[in-house]
Amino acid sequence: MTLLNTKEDVLNSSPDARYQKVRSKTDLRGKISKNIFLLGLLFIAFIVLYPLYWMFISSFKSYDEIYNNVWSLPSVWHFENYITAWSQGISSYFINSLFVTILSILLVVLIGSMAAFSLSRYKTKWINVALVFIIGGLMMNPQVALIPLFEILTWMNLINTHWALILTYVAYRLPLSIILIRAFFLSIPKELEESAIIDGCSEFGIYSRIYLPLSIPILITTVVLTAYFAWNEFLFSTVFIDSSDLKTIPSGLMGFRDALRTDWGVLLAGMVIASIPMIILLILLQKYLVRGLSEGSVKG
Amino acid sequence: MILKRIKLVPVLFLLPSLLFLGVFVYIPIVQNFFNSFFDFSVFSQTKEFIGFSYFKELFEDKILMTSFANNIKYAVISVLFQVFFALILATILEDKLFRRIAPTLRVIYFIPVMISISVIALLFSFIYNPQMGLLNSFLDLIGLESLAKPWLGNATTAIYAVIAMSQWQSVGFITMLFIVAIQKIPKDLYEAAEIDGAGRIRKFFNITVPQVKETMFVNVLITVTGAMLVFNEPYILTNGGPGISSMTLSVHMYQLGFIKDNMGYASAVATLIFVVTAIFALIQIKVSGTGKDE
Repeated sequence: MTLLNTKEDVLNSSPDARYQKVRSKTDLRGKISKNIFLLGLLFIAFIVLYPLYWMFISSFKSYDEIYNNVWSLPSVWHFENYITAWSQGISSYFINSLFVTILSILLVVLIGSMAAFSLSRYKTKWINVALVFIIGGLMMNPQVALIPLFEILTWMNLINTHWALILTYVAYRLPLSIILIRAFFLSIPKELEESAIIDGCSEFGIYSRIYLPLSIPILITTVVLTAYFAWNEFLFSTVFIDSSDLKTIPSGLMGFRDALRTDWGVLLAGMVIASIPMIILLILLQKYLVRGLSEGSVKG
Repeated sequence: MILKRIKLVPVLFLLPSLLFLGVFVYIPIVQNFFNSFFDFSVFSQTKEFIGFSYFKELFEDKILMTSFANNIKYAVISVLFQVFFALILATILEDKLFRRIAPTLRVIYFIPVMISISVIALLFSFIYNPQMGLLNSFLDLIGLESLAKPWLGNATTAIYAVIAMSQWQSVGFITMLFIVAIQKIPKDLYEAAEIDGAGRIRKFFNITVPQVKETMFVNVLITVTGAMLVFNEPYILTNGGPGISSMTLSVHMYQLGFIKDNMGYASAVATLIFVVTAIFALIQIKVSGTGKDE
């Protein structure tokens, strides 16, 4: 569980004598205020975690127990809630989400890195125009495009297919991904490609054998950001997909709730299943995720 | 031969991206603008030109006014809570005192950011449930049952209940952006201040705040833009209700277009949303652009 604790240890291992002196004077007051702040921090952590803990615990309960004993642990652990949730629809939403997410990732990484390669290696007036065109994409938001996209996708006969989601997700993830990858590509030393050209490497070879392998960290960031977006996207998946068999998890859960009516334990089990992949992603790849989100916001 | 190759590759490599952006990002924005001048429904074959009527209608639309007011409430509360509170939270977390526990807390605060909005909104519909909801049960438990109310079913509290959920979900995100910014501040600035005997509060105002000023500004803009666009939270929790009390611009647009089948007017509302957010986006690009030159 180490998130961004860069350099902290190094800095704290060099105590300054004068600093220590100042500290000892305010030690007692410091200790009290430290504990007050610590309590505050733990209290916030509690407010964040408790609803999630409640969701997890209640997912093993029956409806009666959720309704009548809000705070208690389940008297009987209904593990079958998960089996019911999975077989009554979550499995298909899960697989749909997985399919849409993976294809979006592949396309964003491939198309985005190709564009970034062009934008970082060549310098002409037209390349600059293309760059502005791509950066400008960051300003556009899906809400405003909703109705025209619905018309365009209907015209393309893609409404109510996974491609309606994949193509639009890719389009809205490309600007940020290209900007992040391009910034990374610009830092690759030019000597590498020069020697590659001398060795007879083609442009495509430079892209695939030099740029891509050297850029794994930023490509992972792109993968994580795209996964995060595609897995959780709600608006498009609600509007563009009508058939329950094709829905992804965010929109599918809404139908799931309506179909289950009062089977709350099963609904909560479905919600837990929907959340697990992203929590695993956070724990395993937090470094890449945080970097992407923060650079994306500043550059955005 | 070489010349030809060099000219062809950048074009071929750029083409897919330009096509995606053109077809799915730019054309829709332009088309939306044109749609605002026409009267049409989802499956109608023809669009009837009606000029500026829908734009005039915007000014007399009571639902639009309520929605806009709600978006502004959303923006103000989110800026206060997410930006200012998150900055303080990030500063405390980055303090040497909490070096051991901070990494764990950062992950905990960030968990809600990762969870799909539909899961969060369904969870909060349990929390706000008038009969068994956690919030009312909790008030009951501490003897404040008089405060219990159907949070989402009450026209005065609904929008605030929705806003509160957003704060719960997003504060960890903005905190993380501040943490990244604070970690980039040169440590000798703080060391010098400590030698001068500066306390935590003085260090916060004299070093942290000026050093993260740009991040703070960007965070304000992200938060405000997000608040102007907000759709998922009110749509799932209240669908704009009760009545129109928790309607936002995006929910209004969605309902006009896909429920009331008045696509032309919905497009005019979308154009309004675009203009509002584009202004903020331009400011943001300008600010982060100048930041890079420093």
